[in-house]
Amino acid sequence: MSDHSHEISKHVRIYFIVGIALLIGTVLTVAMNSVHFDSMAVTIAIALFIACVKGFLVAGYFMHLMSEKKMIYSILGATAFFFAGMMYLTIFARDDTPLGTLHTGSGEAFHPAEKSAAH
Amino acid sequence: MDIPYVAQPRQDTGLYNAKVGIWLFLASEVMLFGALFSSYIILRVGAAPGSWVHGLLNIPIGTFNTAVLITSSVTVVLSWSALKAGNFAKYRVLQAITILCALGFLGIKSFEYREKFLHYEVWKTDGTRLLGHIDYNGTHPLFWKTETLAQQKLDSIKFVPDPYHYTMTAKEMAHARKGGHGKEHEPVTIKTSEITRLSSFVPAHSTYFGIYFTLTALHALHVLGGAIVIAFIWGPGAKLWKTDPDRYINRVEVSGLFWHFVDLVWIFLFPVLYLL
Repeated sequence: MSDHSHEISKHVRIYFIVGIALLIGTVLTVAMNSVHFDSMAVTIAIALFIACVKGFLVAGYFMHLMSEKKMIYSILGATAFFFAGMMYLTIFARDDTPLGTLHTGSGEAFHPAEKSAAH
Repeated sequence: MDIPYVAQPRQDTGLYNAKVGIWLFLASEVMLFGALFSSYIILRVGAAPGSWVHGLLNIPIGTFNTAVLITSSVTVVLSWSALKAGNFAKYRVLQAITILCALGFLGIKSFEYREKFLHYEVWKTDGTRLLGHIDYNGTHPLFWKTETLAQQKLDSIKFVPDPYHYTMTAKEMAHARKGGHGKEHEPVTIKTSEITRLSSFVPAHSTYFGIYFTLTALHALHVLGGAIVIAFIWGPGAKLWKTDPDRYINRVEVSGLFWHFVDLVWIFLFPVLYLL
């Protein structure tokens, strides 16, 4: 077997392993969700942690980001910077939801300012 | 004059044109979906207590659809490997599976959408809210709303309520589902005069369904677009394999990168929309 074909078959094995890991991760996400933790923060943290691991596997191995060229990393670095900035703005504005964008189900718009009155 | 670097990489960057192009495009896609995820977070944390819809999506079907998309991602990367090894026949089979998976994903998603369009919430004048299905002469109608009752000149509707409501906690909903053995209650007759609002699970139902349909429909459009590109390269575009195999492999790689991105987005959408 030549070095080239040996290299390809090695990669194929990795792709299969990653695929199986992704399927296991999916089952694990659903299983953990059925546990019903008392804290919503724990539930969210677990679900997002598993999703991040799965995302890393797809990006790292299927999209070959584990061994990509420098220019691709530069593009993604800039993307990560702006993405983080956008998420910072989201956290910054979390209690400043625009009027009329939320519906309680009664058909009337809900404003976060009413939240404290509801308690 | 030929355009340089369409097949062979530039010496300084080590990349061919299309690869730089697809990564720049994916960067813009990250910001697009990121903005929608950001909207989701803002809407969710700002929602009134008990008003955020949850627990109404079909988790087994969503899980199966996730598995379908993961399988397609594996076949995409394997087909690219097969081409790199010069095995065109294997590539063809694997990409055919990818296209079938894409169609399967969209078919399942359509089924899920239909389920939502015939599932209703009724708000009654006494403050009671019921989830369930309308039984209209033995059929389950789609897309009815409050105005439909007047248009159809109905005095009452026959409603088959669910044993749960999203104002319950996830634990209470699971318990109610088990208690009812997953079955619906007996049909009840609700007078039209007692109904303040009627809505199927469409975007106008609630903020949750608004963002749910926005995110999943945009994702489904990406699946459709990706499938069309992969099918073109697999079918009529395959002539390039004979004339310029390096460029053909590049096209498969670039379309594959887009496909993996679509998979990556779904990996985050699934827990956020179905489970949390």
